[in-house]
Amino acid sequence: MYASPVQEGSVGRRGPAWAQLARLDVPLVAATVGLVAVSVYTLTMATQDDIPGSPLYYVIRQVISAVFGMAIMLAVARLDVSRLREHSRALYAGMIVSIVLVFVIGAAARGSKRWIELGVIKFQPSELGKVLLIIALSAFVVDRARRLGDRETTSRIVLLALVPAMLVIVQPDLGSGLVYLAIAAVTMFLAGTKWNHLAGLGGIATVAVVVVLVAAPAVGVEVLKPYQVDRLTAFVNPTDDPQKQGYQLKQSITAIGSGQKLGRGPEGATQTRLDFLPEHHTDFIFAVIGEQFGFLGAAVVLSLYALLLWRAMRILTSAKNLYGALVAGGITAMLMFQVFVNVGMTIGILPITGVPLPLVSYGGSSVLVTFLAIGLLLSIHAHARAAELAKARELAAA
Amino acid sequence: MYLDTRRPAITPQLAFRVAVLGGLAFLMFSVIFFRLWFLQVLSGDRYVAEANDNRVRDIKVQAPRGQIVDRQGRTLVDNRTALAVKLTPAEVPKARAAQDDLYRRLAGVLGRSASKIREDVNEQLAAVPFSSATVKQDVKLPVVGYLLEHADNFPGVTVERVFLRRYPHDEVGAHLFGTVGEVTKEQLDESAYRGAEMGDRVGQSGVEATYDRYLRGRNGATRVQVDAMGSLTGALSTKQPRAGRQLRLSVDLKVQETGQEALGTGRRGAFVVMDVKTGEIRGLGSTPSFDPNMFAKQITQSDYKRLNDPGNGYPLTNRAIQGLYPTGSTFKLITAVAGLEGRLITPSEPVSDPGSLNVGGTVFKNAGGAVNGVIALPQALSVSSDVYFYKLGLEANGEGDGLLIQRWARRLGFGRKTGIDLPGELPGLVPSPKWRAKVNRQGIGDGRPWSAGDNINLSVGQGDLQANPLQMAVAYASVANGGRVVIPHLAERIEDADGRVLQELPAPARRRLRIKPEYRSAILSGLRSAASAPGGTSADVFKGFPIPVAGKTGTAEKGMGRPDQSWYIALAPYPNPRYVVAVTDEAGGFGAETAAPVARRILAALFDVRGQENKVVKGDSRTF
Repeated sequence: MYASPVQEGSVGRRGPAWAQLARLDVPLVAATVGLVAVSVYTLTMATQDDIPGSPLYYVIRQVISAVFGMAIMLAVARLDVSRLREHSRALYAGMIVSIVLVFVIGAAARGSKRWIELGVIKFQPSELGKVLLIIALSAFVVDRARRLGDRETTSRIVLLALVPAMLVIVQPDLGSGLVYLAIAAVTMFLAGTKWNHLAGLGGIATVAVVVVLVAAPAVGVEVLKPYQVDRLTAFVNPTDDPQKQGYQLKQSITAIGSGQKLGRGPEGATQTRLDFLPEHHTDFIFAVIGEQFGFLGAAVVLSLYALLLWRAMRILTSAKNLYGALVAGGITAMLMFQVFVNVGMTIGILPITGVPLPLVSYGGSSVLVTFLAIGLLLSIHAHARAAELAKARELAAA
Repeated sequence: MYLDTRRPAITPQLAFRVAVLGGLAFLMFSVIFFRLWFLQVLSGDRYVAEANDNRVRDIKVQAPRGQIVDRQGRTLVDNRTALAVKLTPAEVPKARAAQDDLYRRLAGVLGRSASKIREDVNEQLAAVPFSSATVKQDVKLPVVGYLLEHADNFPGVTVERVFLRRYPHDEVGAHLFGTVGEVTKEQLDESAYRGAEMGDRVGQSGVEATYDRYLRGRNGATRVQVDAMGSLTGALSTKQPRAGRQLRLSVDLKVQETGQEALGTGRRGAFVVMDVKTGEIRGLGSTPSFDPNMFAKQITQSDYKRLNDPGNGYPLTNRAIQGLYPTGSTFKLITAVAGLEGRLITPSEPVSDPGSLNVGGTVFKNAGGAVNGVIALPQALSVSSDVYFYKLGLEANGEGDGLLIQRWARRLGFGRKTGIDLPGELPGLVPSPKWRAKVNRQGIGDGRPWSAGDNINLSVGQGDLQANPLQMAVAYASVANGGRVVIPHLAERIEDADGRVLQELPAPARRRLRIKPEYRSAILSGLRSAASAPGGTSADVFKGFPIPVAGKTGTAEKGMGRPDQSWYIALAPYPNPRYVVAVTDEAGGFGAETAAPVARRILAALFDVRGQENKVVKGDSRTF
């Protein structure tokens, strides 16, 4: 299999700046910048009336997050991802501690505790946890690469993901918890976990969903908060009652549908402007895009995500070692899951789970963490390129 | 392989699994695209409509009802503006506890119970969501001031100016004008109330109901854009309300007032004043009356109870068109027409009145035991000889099918509705052998078969006859005008607010009867001498009255210890009467005693006889 890389961490220190830039994956960076641009433009149009007196409140904060995010992305791109493997245990422990910390000092936000206040900024550990989990899980899998077929390995991977997932679900942040589980599933899948193990886990997951959503409420046990159950089941029957969860969904579908082919434009988008569409700057921003820019706008945004995911999978296949490949796989899983669950929720084919649309939804933690993840992808890409170049030189020398 | 382990090829397993992942992504993108295509391109129109429905609200702007005026343009019914306390649902607290608090505070200020307010508001919101709900109409200014000063304690509470119906003459003409009330669910489906919206107040009785579609007007609407909270974000368009049309009645306010006053309170009776040629009503009233202002806003429980209490004589009943009374001797006019037209008698044919008539052992006597000797028709009417008409009744019962009087009674409008433009009219009853057989079959009669006695009773308006003052007026008018059975009507025309005519409401077509002129003049002269000649039943009442009056008294016996019902029907001026006045008092005793003096006062008002409309002149005649 993979041998330990020779030129660890050497990419960043070699050659002039343009050379480093050249090793960036241009389509990936283009898709990223494009999505940030979409986010800023959409937020400018959609949130101008939200906070009286400061029409750019959300936009300014989103731009600041994006700028910091880009810096983080470029900085991380210069690191060698393989090095993170050494610190995976510490990072995992840090993740658990920070999530637990939320319970201790977390500030209440909209009935759920997800934040840690760091001076002026509020930080959401469950977001950073997504990337930390990818790094830690991948490391664990690489360590156990030769015993992947063991039931014990599978159980441990599941356990490693389940602990933080349960912790954030209790916060309650169901969306992030599901992202953790998706990351774990894809990591196992890519690493080569046996099919029968995957099938068994799939069966257990199905049973768990049935128990949590149907059986437990029926006998009066609250596994999820009632509002979470409502949200998860609301897409089955949308409603006009603003008090109920299905209302959001109905308004979202109306918003998207009313956009028609080319959209109603920022001024004519009454669903957004008149607040019928709740959470239009965060979870339901895709509905805003659908309303303002129509099928065309939605297709452009989805194409950018398709580009992003395609490049992520390219990087996954071209990684110079298994660890890089698994990290890239985890990030692919994280982005893919969030895009599909978020978009699926706004168009009424998936449950409402409070998952942000990566890079486009307003939210500093989510934006920063997504940039961090893309930075990791760039790093993996750069090292793969470097290895390829080295090999080419070797060949030439031979 | 010359490649070393530093750059391994991707394993086939990983390649396969990445392909699976990529396939999954492709599948999901496809699903999303198809769904978006369906929502935005295929069903886009529907969602545009839904989005517009979301943001657009129509706020109703109430249209004032049209005024009702009398024939000279004097206001009978108009509107006043009042302040109404309303609730805007979007601004009312959502939490039940906070709502209860609000309702409790409102209850304290407005004097209604909190649970009643909640019930009321919920009902209105269920009917018209998003629109504001009325908590209380006609709120006094200090209360409004308090609410506005403490607006923080009353979230969602607003004060609006509304139009309420006003009846300035209170109890006068109440039965005529009728009442308004909130339109019911059933009425919304009726064509008469087409265009009315939930929450509108529409005519529920009287001419308010008959001419509702003219009086109602059309509500306006302000179309506004609202946000998700229901707060206004701008006006889109405005449709001005159109006030209701003005309705001019043929009624003369002065006659109406005099009639109502002359009947007096504490009595039970009715009066009708009608133009004999056209059927135009100059006045029509019933006592006990009520104040229709009670219905202008939500009627209170205690008022409602009072109006439906038998002890108060059911004030809502319009006795002029809903009374079911025997008419006493006033019916003799019908018997006379039947006898003449049926050739049982001639106007001058002498008939002996020995004071009583013995039919198969039963003795029918004159009232007061009077013996009138040999008399012809005019005298018989003048002195109200009963024996004269008993004989006619007896004879009619034996002639042909025995239904001569019944036939003429029906022709003259008895036993059927007159067709007046008021709702709720009752047809009454003309007793006949067929009717008696029917009620006996149904077990509601007394089981006795029809006999000559029944017809004898009918000939003098006693027994089972059921008629109302309006029917009497129509019958007398038909004779007075030479055989035209008029359809009484109240509405003259529809006008705009300035009194310009928009639509005439012509008198409905009349039926014609053939009544020979000499019969008519014989009958009228009989009635004239009854009101003027010595011995005439109402001569003392009209002594010195400047207008020549022809009239007939009536005293209906109701048996079972109940007091007699007093009747008087007057035609004036003699010999070519223009008006008929019919008056009855359920417990007035003899016709000359109560009904005739009321008729005199009405006639005084009608013909503008100075200083006479308040003068009560009672007669001494004790005839039936």
